[in-house]
Amino acid sequence: MPVQVAGRVLTMRRVGAYHAMTLLADGIAEEFRPGQFVAVAVGGPDSSMLLHRAFSIHAVTERGQYGGTVTFVFAVIGRGTAWLARRRPNDAVDVVGPLGRSFRLPRDRATATLVGGGYGSAPLFPLIDALRARGCRVDAVLGAATADRLFGPLEAKRRTTSVVFTTEDATMGERGRVSDVLPAVLEHTGSDVVYACGPMGMLRAVSAIAAARGIPCQVAVEESMACGIGVCMTCVLPVVGDDGTTRMVRSCVEGPVFGGDRVRFGDVGTVPADALGAPVAPLADAAPPGATP
Amino acid sequence: MTSTVARPSVAPAVDLRTTLAGVRFPNPVFTASGCAAAGRELAQFFDVAALGGVVTKSIMVRPRSGRPTPRMAETPSGMLNSIGLQGPGIDAFLEHDLPWLADRGARAVVSIAGGSVEEYVRLATKLRGAPGLAMVEVNISCPNVEDRGQVFAGDSGAAAAVISAVRRQSPAHIPVFAKLSPDVTDIVAIARACVDAGADGLSMVNTLLGMVIDTTTLRPALAGVTGGLSGPAIRPVALRCVWQVAQVLPEVPILGMGGVRTGLDALQFLLAGASAVSVGTAVFGDPRAPVRVLAELEQALAERGIDRVADVIGLATDRLPRPDIARTEEEQ
Ligand SMILES: Cc1cc2nc3c(=O)[nH]c(=O)nc-3n(C[C@H](O)[C@H](O)[C@H](O)COP(=O)(O)OP(=O)(O)OC[C@H]3O[C@@H](n4cnc5c(N)ncnc54)[C@H](O)[C@@H]3O)c2cc1C
Ligand SMILES: Cc1cc2nc3c(=O)[nH]c(=O)nc-3n(C[C@H](O)[C@H](O)[C@H](O)COP(=O)(O)O)c2cc1C
Ligand code: FES
Repeated sequence: MPVQVAGRVLTMRRVGAYHAMTLLADGIAEEFRPGQFVAVAVGGPDSSMLLHRAFSIHAVTERGQYGGTVTFVFAVIGRGTAWLARRRPNDAVDVVGPLGRSFRLPRDRATATLVGGGYGSAPLFPLIDALRARGCRVDAVLGAATADRLFGPLEAKRRTTSVVFTTEDATMGERGRVSDVLPAVLEHTGSDVVYACGPMGMLRAVSAIAAARGIPCQVAVEESMACGIGVCMTCVLPVVGDDGTTRMVRSCVEGPVFGGDRVRFGDVGTVPADALGAPVAPLADAAPPGATP
Repeated sequence: MTSTVARPSVAPAVDLRTTLAGVRFPNPVFTASGCAAAGRELAQFFDVAALGGVVTKSIMVRPRSGRPTPRMAETPSGMLNSIGLQGPGIDAFLEHDLPWLADRGARAVVSIAGGSVEEYVRLATKLRGAPGLAMVEVNISCPNVEDRGQVFAGDSGAAAAVISAVRRQSPAHIPVFAKLSPDVTDIVAIARACVDAGADGLSMVNTLLGMVIDTTTLRPALAGVTGGLSGPAIRPVALRCVWQVAQVLPEVPILGMGGVRTGLDALQFLLAGASAVSVGTAVFGDPRAPVRVLAELEQALAERGIDRVADVIGLATDRLPRPDIARTEEEQ
């Protein structure tokens, strides 16, 4: 179960284009599994920013010198992340976690390929450790627009059997995108399973590549979230359930990890007509938008 | 985790009980519809039975998938949402959600929403005798399919038709509250129409219609174009609505809401005439906001030498007798 903790900044580090924030926050590490995330309040108690910011968990420690910690890696996007980037050791940061469903690990020893895009690599590191602890072989493909947006290349080299980097400007590794090199990597490693975290377009491409080879694939999606705990219904996307029915599911509680073959990537941002409870009559369309919150 | 309300070292002995249309609640802090789902998720952070009541997400007759995404945009001290009433439908709600709340000992205020008077009637009928049901809140900020999608809450006649139909279908001991929209020229007129139609009380207010344009994509930020504005940004408007109605209908109980984030915000609503408050958007950045608000309210009352919540309800309106609190403060 997630906990809400009055966290304190232990360390702030610059990592290429990103910031890595480690918070002293007891109780998050104990239940953490790879792929889960934290929801962070920004701006302090009188902040004009009311909504949680979601960040994938990069690392946890159960009981360090000062207590439990949680680390996440973030890019400055808007005002909330800019505020976070200005935090200094000992500053207060309210945090809730661990949240969401984790990556499912293979029952037997398997060969796994992990695909990360930009800061999407960050949550893959605890997954690497969990897979290796089970005796799995782990290979990785990490991509980003530029070298400074490749998160953790050295660490990835150390912890995996092989890793291929891609950048769109060829400042590191191969020029192009992860999807350009993934087919060859899967071929070469003979992977049994693919895990991916990154932008939606990347997840879609990776899922298609895995599906074409009949390889199971799990993806961690990123949808705009207001609460991160399942109460607001803003973070939905169309996902096919075990019963074959498409539902608009909350990515914060039913995700962020989904089967790559279950997410209807082409329909994200819409409500497919065959989704459970999709408007049958022109009712929703006739309504003045926004009239029913 | 079962976190408890952080209590100040000297526990203030304030009688927090409040009454809404004859139904007693242990305290005046509730969740807000659509901001707490059906309580389960928040129960990870506090005991939902510790609140006055849990107001559930507006439920409709059938399952509903809601609007496309993006469904929200953060705004200064607020947010816009266009969820479109996504939900499982009344049957699944009665099977899974309401019994869960009842088992926890929570007092459930079930919010219902429909596209026609007939749909509201079906919902009220299904709720008859449901265990754990303390109160019905009728969300009338819904488009009326029989009237070109005009919202019921914007028209006295349409609002009254819904309320009287729901009142007729509901057992006498279950209060029926009409939830009003602030997006009207004369909220007092709509309030009066609802009360005349049998509403036992009023929930005020729902969100205000607003919009945001994304200056990168050069398009509206929400897929639904417009959305409902909530959070502290709307608090002064919400408070004014409560005040205006309480002035004219002082005997009608009000569940006040709109931007309550602290105990002092809650106190403002009580002073304006609300008998209880709902905490909505504040939950999104602070899951424990409702219990925190309750603890802060208790503290604030104690600091002012007030030992009963009932004594502050409507205290700021000059129509009600003022207890002599000025002297009490001097004595401290
Ligand atoms: C499960 C999950 C994991 C994530 N992990 C990371 C991570 O490890 N590192 C990282 O840098 N970013 C991550 N993000 C994205 C991160 O949440 C946003 O970049 C951040 O919320 C932007 O906040 P802001 O105030 O700077 O931007 P603003 O645009 O001002 O944010 C306004 C509002 O929109 C929401 N929002 C905006 N963009 C996003 C987005 N992309 N995803 C979700 N909500 C958004 C914010 O939560 C906030 O409520 C993750 C998102 C999700 C859903
Ligand atoms: C995401 C979201 C969903 C909401 N859904 C509903 C709803 O289903 N029914 C309803 O009556 N009000 C709904 N509301 C309105 C709230 O119950 C409340 O009236 C309003 O948000 C003002 O309170 P607040 O500022 O504390 O959030 C919703 C508000 C938000 C932010
Ligand atoms: S972010 Fe609120 S329900 Fe998922």
